[in-house]
Amino acid sequence: MFRRCAILFTSVSLFLLSGCENAKVSFTLAGSTAFQPFAEKLAEQYMATHKNVNITVQGGGSAVGIQSALSGAAQIGMADLVTLPEEAKALTATVVARDGIAVVVNPANKVVGLTTQQIRDIFNGKVKNWKEVGGANAPITVVSREAGSGTRSSFEQIIRDITLTKDALIQDSNGTIRETVANDANAVGYLSHGMLNDKIKAVKVDGQVCTTESILGGKYLLVRPIYLLVKGEASLEIKGFIDYILSVEGQQTIKTSGLIPAK
Amino acid sequence: MKLIGEKGVRAILLGIAFSALSALLLIALFIMSEGLPFMFRYGLKGFLFSSEWQPQAGKFGIFPMVVASLWVTLGAMAIGAPLGVAGAVFLTEFVPRAVMRVVKPTIELLAGIPSVVYGFIGVIVLAPLIRGHLGGPGLSVLAGSVVLGIMILPTVISISIDSILAVPQSYREGSLALGATTWQTVHMVTVKAARSGIIASIILAMGRAIGETMAVIMVAGNAVKIPHSPLDSVRTLTANIALEMGFATGLHRQALFATGVVLFLVIMILNVLAGLAIRKRVGKK
Repeated sequence: MFRRCAILFTSVSLFLLSGCENAKVSFTLAGSTAFQPFAEKLAEQYMATHKNVNITVQGGGSAVGIQSALSGAAQIGMADLVTLPEEAKALTATVVARDGIAVVVNPANKVVGLTTQQIRDIFNGKVKNWKEVGGANAPITVVSREAGSGTRSSFEQIIRDITLTKDALIQDSNGTIRETVANDANAVGYLSHGMLNDKIKAVKVDGQVCTTESILGGKYLLVRPIYLLVKGEASLEIKGFIDYILSVEGQQTIKTSGLIPAK
Repeated sequence: MKLIGEKGVRAILLGIAFSALSALLLIALFIMSEGLPFMFRYGLKGFLFSSEWQPQAGKFGIFPMVVASLWVTLGAMAIGAPLGVAGAVFLTEFVPRAVMRVVKPTIELLAGIPSVVYGFIGVIVLAPLIRGHLGGPGLSVLAGSVVLGIMILPTVISISIDSILAVPQSYREGSLALGATTWQTVHMVTVKAARSGIIASIILAMGRAIGETMAVIMVAGNAVKIPHSPLDSVRTLTANIALEMGFATGLHRQALFATGVVLFLVIMILNVLAGLAIRKRVGKK
């Protein structure tokens, strides 16, 4: 009996202890769902060359990023906001990339471009039918993000005077907005330029297309920086990762993945 | 192992049982301590009956969410309860016992499917179907009700089958001996006798439907408005908490805890009712 217990105990503890790798440093990034896929890619590349670091990337939205960095739940917060709010003043912010916000509709939608005023009216609920902005006779389904989203805050801050209509569908990440607009012929939403694909169509805003060139050229209106926020003194590993993202290699990855480099 | 002995084992088991109970009590206390002060400071009437949910402006009216939870749950019951009870009756009374013994565990497997998978299927298959054939955005009360209705089927069927099987065979034999047909026996005698167990299963399923979060966030649309038709998009109480908890601070966070208190109380009441119904069944015998 005792021997059986001893064997069981030893095997269980060995099994549990095998999870402890040789003093690996772990840290977590949390926040912007716009930057999340790119952060994951950069983390993968960084971990491939730095075996002693373990990086986890979570989403949740820019406000979650700021809260997590402040509370310590995450070591690095990701926020894609035009201006950082009051509470983020206590954090050190580094711009690692820039991103455009594309206004997207379903590929089946005839509309090719919208003015800022039209966008404002659609998201306020004043314009309710696609025919009022040059599309088919169909009701507009407005899709937006939850209140803590950096993409939403930036969008509403740049377009100005938006009180989101009560009929708007709310989705919780850039990815789910893309899916919703891709599945609904009458939907309109907004998401990060880096998340565009052929399932949705970006419309021109005030005559400008949402491409890397027009964003870099300063012509496209909806642009915001992506911040990495750290509380207090950044540890060696965290600084190493942020420096990697800002390095030529990291910025090249950002560029080829569809985002805009920081400079 | 005489070291521990009888008294020791009893103490250990008592400790383990109490730890489970105390975990529940601690959770309840925590939610109440965060949520109740807010409810009384903000005003119960304003909280429960106002339609303005604008945390940035300090307005915390959860009425649209309460109505949404009610509609979605009632819809789920309308779909899940009849299908579930009918399924249970069919499996116990109209099909060989061997078939039931194979089908029942298979249906119970449905209960093991994660709710996010249900939500996924709802988004990819159900919402486009509703949008194409019935109109509206597709992500709606109807989508939520259908997905929830299917999710609660295992609960209803499983417990109803157990209740119907618990009806003494003598009831059925007596009814048939008096000349009733199988169907007459089923709906006038057997189901009536199993009634309290079936009602208990429905109430428990209702508790599950009200508490469901992930599937509802994915298929109900999350618009903060009072629905006027099953094709409108809605946000339930659970979805509201899940969407905003990550970044809520201060009063906003307390308001979400208060929403949690409301949910907690509703589900507690439903469980107590279910318990009473089950006790009535045992008492009847």
